[in-house]
Amino acid sequence: MSAPAPSMFSPAAIEMIQQLGLKQGRANLEEFATALEELAAADRDVVAVTSDSRGSGKLGPFGQRFPDQLIEVGIAEQNLVGVTAGLAACGKKSFGVSPACFLTIRSLEQIKNDICYSNVPATVVGISAGVSYGALGSTHHSLHDLAALRAINNMAIVAPADNFETREAVRAAAAADRPVYLRFGKAKMYDLHDADASFEIGKATVLREGNDVALLGTGETVVHCLLAAAKLAESGLNCRVLSVPTVKPLDEDAILAAGRACRAIVTAEEHSVHGGLGEAVAAVLMQAGVFVPLTIRGIPDEDTVTGAQADIFRHYGLTMEGLVEAATLQLQKLC
Amino acid sequence: MLATDDLRLKTIQLRRLTLQSIMTAGAGHTGGSLSCLDILAVLYNRVLNVSPQRPDDPGRDRYVQSKGHSVEALYAVLAERGFFPAAELETLCRYQSPFVGHPTRKIPGIEMNTGALGHGLPICVGMALAGKLDDAPWRVFTLLGDGELAEGSNWEAAMSAAHHRLDNLTAILDHNTLQITGPTRDVCSNEPVDDKFRAFGWHVETVDGHDLDVLEKVLSAANPAGKPKLVIANTTKGRGVSFMEGVLKWHHGVPSDEEFAAAMAEFDAAEATLRGADQ
Repeated sequence: MSAPAPSMFSPAAIEMIQQLGLKQGRANLEEFATALEELAAADRDVVAVTSDSRGSGKLGPFGQRFPDQLIEVGIAEQNLVGVTAGLAACGKKSFGVSPACFLTIRSLEQIKNDICYSNVPATVVGISAGVSYGALGSTHHSLHDLAALRAINNMAIVAPADNFETREAVRAAAAADRPVYLRFGKAKMYDLHDADASFEIGKATVLREGNDVALLGTGETVVHCLLAAAKLAESGLNCRVLSVPTVKPLDEDAILAAGRACRAIVTAEEHSVHGGLGEAVAAVLMQAGVFVPLTIRGIPDEDTVTGAQADIFRHYGLTMEGLVEAATLQLQKLC
Repeated sequence: MLATDDLRLKTIQLRRLTLQSIMTAGAGHTGGSLSCLDILAVLYNRVLNVSPQRPDDPGRDRYVQSKGHSVEALYAVLAERGFFPAAELETLCRYQSPFVGHPTRKIPGIEMNTGALGHGLPICVGMALAGKLDDAPWRVFTLLGDGELAEGSNWEAAMSAAHHRLDNLTAILDHNTLQITGPTRDVCSNEPVDDKFRAFGWHVETVDGHDLDVLEKVLSAANPAGKPKLVIANTTKGRGVSFMEGVLKWHHGVPSDEEFAAAMAEFDAAEATLRGADQ
């Protein structure tokens, strides 16, 4: 019998999930595949391009249902992006789907020139992003993609936190008249949004109000921010939580509002501490003259540990406990 | 359709315009522009279904210049076809000019921003797939440089084009055998190019890249069913100016005033000879 997968959540975190009444959904990747299939059913111009990645991208059923709308190019990511760009230039709503670790570095020049510089409305989809493939080593980690793509003009970068954000981001990308990068992991995610929630590329969502510490997360770290805020509430602290699915363009208003209202900020991302959400938030705050203590939690600049995604999150403090610690340290410094 | 001699005369005028824009800008890829100019003249005057009045017509043929550095020849051909006034080329490479040193979609008639090598063929595979999905009659063309073939992305695209049976796709190789460092065979030999592409599943034809009639015939002809086509156009770098032909320094050399005058004199003589032969 194989060993059970390590849990992303400590017993205390699981207890908090139950207290908050969070409901577990599916992996964002599965939600992405369903959303794309729905779009493809309604519009023959919706096309997926894969690099032997239909299985990893959960697009097997899509390919069976719409064989003409799934284009296989083999293990060739540079060609995948060029093909995705060419399809978009000819009116297709093309989604190039490949593991984020390869897609955003090996074919970075194609993303830069063929999609962003040429300004075609293509979507590139980085699957199994961050440390989703944690045990496979750094070849398969994607901890650079936000930094690399943030520096490329004309690219919107979206890392959804739950199934709702995923579904809406896929629809928004298909409707967008611009290049979009979508970043998905493969862990099952908890539903974080109310039924009346709205989504827009470029907008953050306040998941919890508070003025002590603001916890800002993107992608699969957001749930841990929410749990940490709930834990901190047990100590009498009211912490704000922002889901920031769009890393570029950033929702500067929401960030500045958090910076002005709160005593400290903690950002959390499944990405290098260099060039991702945290540094982007810091730049927005400092350039607006909002000087608030800030901690960037992410993967430090070192040989990344390997193991399950849960192990790596725990190792680097991207958990409820780790984020509580980061927030507490910031507040202690202020005393 | 233009008679052959009319088009030949036109290629002389296009060479003047190409060299003039490079002189005005003080920069440009002279040798490669002159080697591919006859190919572009044939494409835009005899082969491509494109219209300066409707450059975004969804039913148009698509041309993507993968060897983007030879943009000066493309600008000249597009200007002559009426996509924009030739006088605008005087701004080439100037501050904020849309006429930058590689193709961009800011210019009417240009499909994609190119210049980094190895990008055109994958893009054209995507375009050809889009045409197939729509069961559309339009065709897709790209122009490759021979030094460019060292880029691995070309071979990824070549494999997928054959796999997807893209018989609406034609790649043209401007086979001038020189790149910036020296002869391609010395830098990173890619021969035999024809056998390589045939092994990848392509239909390959080799022609004289300065013979307008032959170029028209091979580029107009439909591909064999289910096969992408490669036309290896054997060309001479710097074609049309005797002291530039096959000389490495003209890869991106800009003529002096004296050299420019000498080149223009050669064009005038070539035109006089052609007109004389006409009478």
